Amino acid sequence: MSPNVRVKTLKIDGKDVSAREDQTILSVARENDIFIPTLCQMDGLTSVGACRLCLVEIKGSAKLQAACVTEVQEGMEVVTDSERLHSYRKMLIELLFVARNHICSVCVSNGHCELQSLAQRLGITHIHFPFRYPKLAVDLSHDRFGMDNNRCIRCGRCVRVCDEIEGAHTWDLMGRGDASQIVCDLNQPWGSSETCTSCGKCVHVCPTGALFEKGKSSSEMSKRQEFLPYLTLMRGDHNE
Amino acid sequence: MTTDELQQISTIEQETQGQYQHHVCVCVAAGCLSSQADVVQESLAKEIERQGMGDKCHIKGVGCMGLCSRGPLVSVDPEGVLYQNVKPSDSAEIIESLGKEKVSRLECSTEIPFFQHQKKIVLENSGLIDPNRIEEYIAVGGYGSLVTCLTEMTPSEVIDEIIKSGLRGRGGAGYPTGLKWSMVAKSRPGHNGKYIVCNADEGDPGAFMDRSVLESDPHRIIEGMTIAAYAVGATNGYIYVRAEYPLAIKRLRNAIRQASRLGLLGNEICGTPHRFNIELRLGAGAFVCGEETALLASIEGKRGTPRPRPPFPAESGLWEAPTLINNVETFANIATVIRNGSSWFSAIGTEKSKGTKVFALAGRVENTGLIEVPMGITLREIIFEIGGGIPGGARFKAVQTGGPSGGCIPENFLDAPVDYESLNRLGSIMGSGGMIVMDETSNMVDVAKFFMDFSRSESCGKCTPCRVGTAVMYDLLARITDGEGREQDLSMLEELCDLVKNTSLCGLGQTAPNPVLSTLRYFREEYNHQLVSSE
Amino acid sequence: MRRLGYKPHALIEALHTVQETFGYIDEDALKYLSRALRIPLSQVYGVATFYHYFSMKPQGKHTCVVCMGTACYIKGTGQILNNLENAYSIKAGETTPDGGLSLLTARCLGACGIAPAVVLDGVVIGHADPAHFNARVEEKLKQ
Repeated sequence: MSPNVRVKTLKIDGKDVSAREDQTILSVARENDIFIPTLCQMDGLTSVGACRLCLVEIKGSAKLQAACVTEVQEGMEVVTDSERLHSYRKMLIELLFVARNHICSVCVSNGHCELQSLAQRLGITHIHFPFRYPKLAVDLSHDRFGMDNNRCIRCGRCVRVCDEIEGAHTWDLMGRGDASQIVCDLNQPWGSSETCTSCGKCVHVCPTGALFEKGKSSSEMSKRQEFLPYLTLMRGDHNE
Repeated sequence: MTTDELQQISTIEQETQGQYQHHVCVCVAAGCLSSQADVVQESLAKEIERQGMGDKCHIKGVGCMGLCSRGPLVSVDPEGVLYQNVKPSDSAEIIESLGKEKVSRLECSTEIPFFQHQKKIVLENSGLIDPNRIEEYIAVGGYGSLVTCLTEMTPSEVIDEIIKSGLRGRGGAGYPTGLKWSMVAKSRPGHNGKYIVCNADEGDPGAFMDRSVLESDPHRIIEGMTIAAYAVGATNGYIYVRAEYPLAIKRLRNAIRQASRLGLLGNEICGTPHRFNIELRLGAGAFVCGEETALLASIEGKRGTPRPRPPFPAESGLWEAPTLINNVETFANIATVIRNGSSWFSAIGTEKSKGTKVFALAGRVENTGLIEVPMGITLREIIFEIGGGIPGGARFKAVQTGGPSGGCIPENFLDAPVDYESLNRLGSIMGSGGMIVMDETSNMVDVAKFFMDFSRSESCGKCTPCRVGTAVMYDLLARITDGEGREQDLSMLEELCDLVKNTSLCGLGQTAPNPVLSTLRYFREEYNHQLVSSE
Repeated sequence: MRRLGYKPHALIEALHTVQETFGYIDEDALKYLSRALRIPLSQVYGVATFYHYFSMKPQGKHTCVVCMGTACYIKGTGQILNNLENAYSIKAGETTPDGGLSLLTARCLGACGIAPAVVLDGVVIGHADPAHFNARVEEKLKQ
């Protein structure tokens, strides 16, 4: 931290907290052990404000703001949990479930899945929206990894880690709307990619079982994400 | 280019036109062109030659005359007669009639409310001048405002004038234009300076105002943008126009070339240090690119996905430089505001909504086409007087404004004034200007489904509520129109409307539920009627 | 591309040029653009598929674009599209197996004043009559 960084004070859930002026609401909340659910956000990667789970109420603003991309302001009063926010978050998680095919019991990530654990934490017991069940392809052409579009929540973490950290930009999103999908190079089998370095970073930042290591059976795919804060620290950029 | 030189071009042009005794104007905007107005123009020209009228009669193609449903339209002066549904075979008769008795069987009366009740600012030259010739624009006073601004006003005086006029963004949301300009003017320029962007990605499926303005009077946009550039200190501009509008693109390219040749674009405009260049960028079929941050991403060559604001484009836009984004119609107002003064402009309209609004009137209404009306006019006047009511004696049911972001307004609110606030209160929005009239044959649940189908396929897919929420809402609406909907589907729809409206990242998602919310509010019995009766 | 100085932001303009020249955008073109503009392959693919104006498949000999704008829909283009889909057993966005006809939809042609509107081989047909439109397409195909 450079010495001339200014400090701001604000209230989160009634608690007085202080923050550096360039900090986001999310990072201040985390420093103060205030839980805000997130899926697309990941320390070390650019925040995009896409999953909308981290929306918070700010006094004086009619619109909800994504905590991961909203910088703190002096005197701000933030509410991170209210009945309204809770109900929106539950519905957002439900929408992620109905958009694809998330049957936990047969998933490699069962028990290690961020979507699953958030659903449990938010007290979701059943899905009341109608399922959409698209039938999507599974790509097992890579010799070590696999990709199952049916479990993808399009958080874009794999795209960002591949571009920003590995520098390969093998992944990107194609199409748009609910038809958008993760694609490898020119929408070709992962195994045939010339740009993929097989580093496996995408697999480990994936919050669900969409990207996984081959040979893992149901519930065996736990993810190791420690490399990301380490690399970020060592490279000295993206530093909050 | 100085005021004197401009005056000179204008005088020469007026003299040239004055040599002719007769003027025949053929509308060659896209509506009339698709009814073969170009063939009509050709045959009229041949007929002029054949009858040896070449030195007495001048024929030209002009922009949109408004009454598209009766095209091709041809007007003759000084007789001041407008002909409708003209066919090539009518040419001889029309040319023979010049200076004599008019051809009554083709006449379209200009005394009808369609023409009488309009107030033209943005469309003041549409249908009068040849959009392919800068001289004609100059002859009607064009580029005069630009010269005035550059030589007689400081940038902050220009901004003050726009603030005082009360002009608000015509793209839909109605943000005060002057405020936006002053924000960009105050921002520190990036290493690329500042940018001006004209949003001509008219995506509302039922609106063609911007296209008409671009096709009929392209120099107007260039003048407005150049004035804006002077006011905020920008040196480069982009017009982001739909690739689906080839004619507008052609005329814009031509107009930019002509303006550059006369020194009205480029370096040292009008002999002042001000420099400004405009480039075209083609959209490629993505409604979401009407959202300003998505539009910027698209100009940068990326997927047109919006990003969270702040930072606003006024501070950090194209390549992180301060960027002013206004809609076509907004820029089209600028020259007139400067020419006639802010108090002239602010005298038109209502307290909070000043000036006029262009609407593309379409659907189940007698006179479809392009209209410009003062703010504050009632919906009833637009539909039943200007629009001539519903054809075939059918009953009016609803009017839809704002396209997929707007709502359906039923009969009992027809006397509401057309301004930003009152349309919002009714659950719709001003939008960019699409106005679709529906009669009793329209099924309102089907209409809601139509718009939701649009929103789900135009959603960029970045944020969860818009990506999945619109898709699930569409599924529910389809279930209802298929006759399989149940009572709980309506409450689910309401839940999702609330979610998508309040949690989506950008304007597309935040307004996507409006067609459903407004039809649920005003036509709930139609939904109920289509549900499976729950026993 | 040269005009835009081989900058990455030229991608969309370049895709327009490819489509204008070849009628569609194939894999080789995408690879070429990726190298020339120095944009990752997946990003080029992502952009090309984001914008519905770009087509990755060759078009048929004749094309028929049905406007699905609000005004046209209210006046019956849904019916026109249905009839064509049934007559040629293809869905919107597809081409007949013999490559004779591509059936497409447009979000709005901006020709709402003359709705319902359909573009047949680049010519806008206003006030299209749902009941007789198939015959018109059939006639075109015979040419």
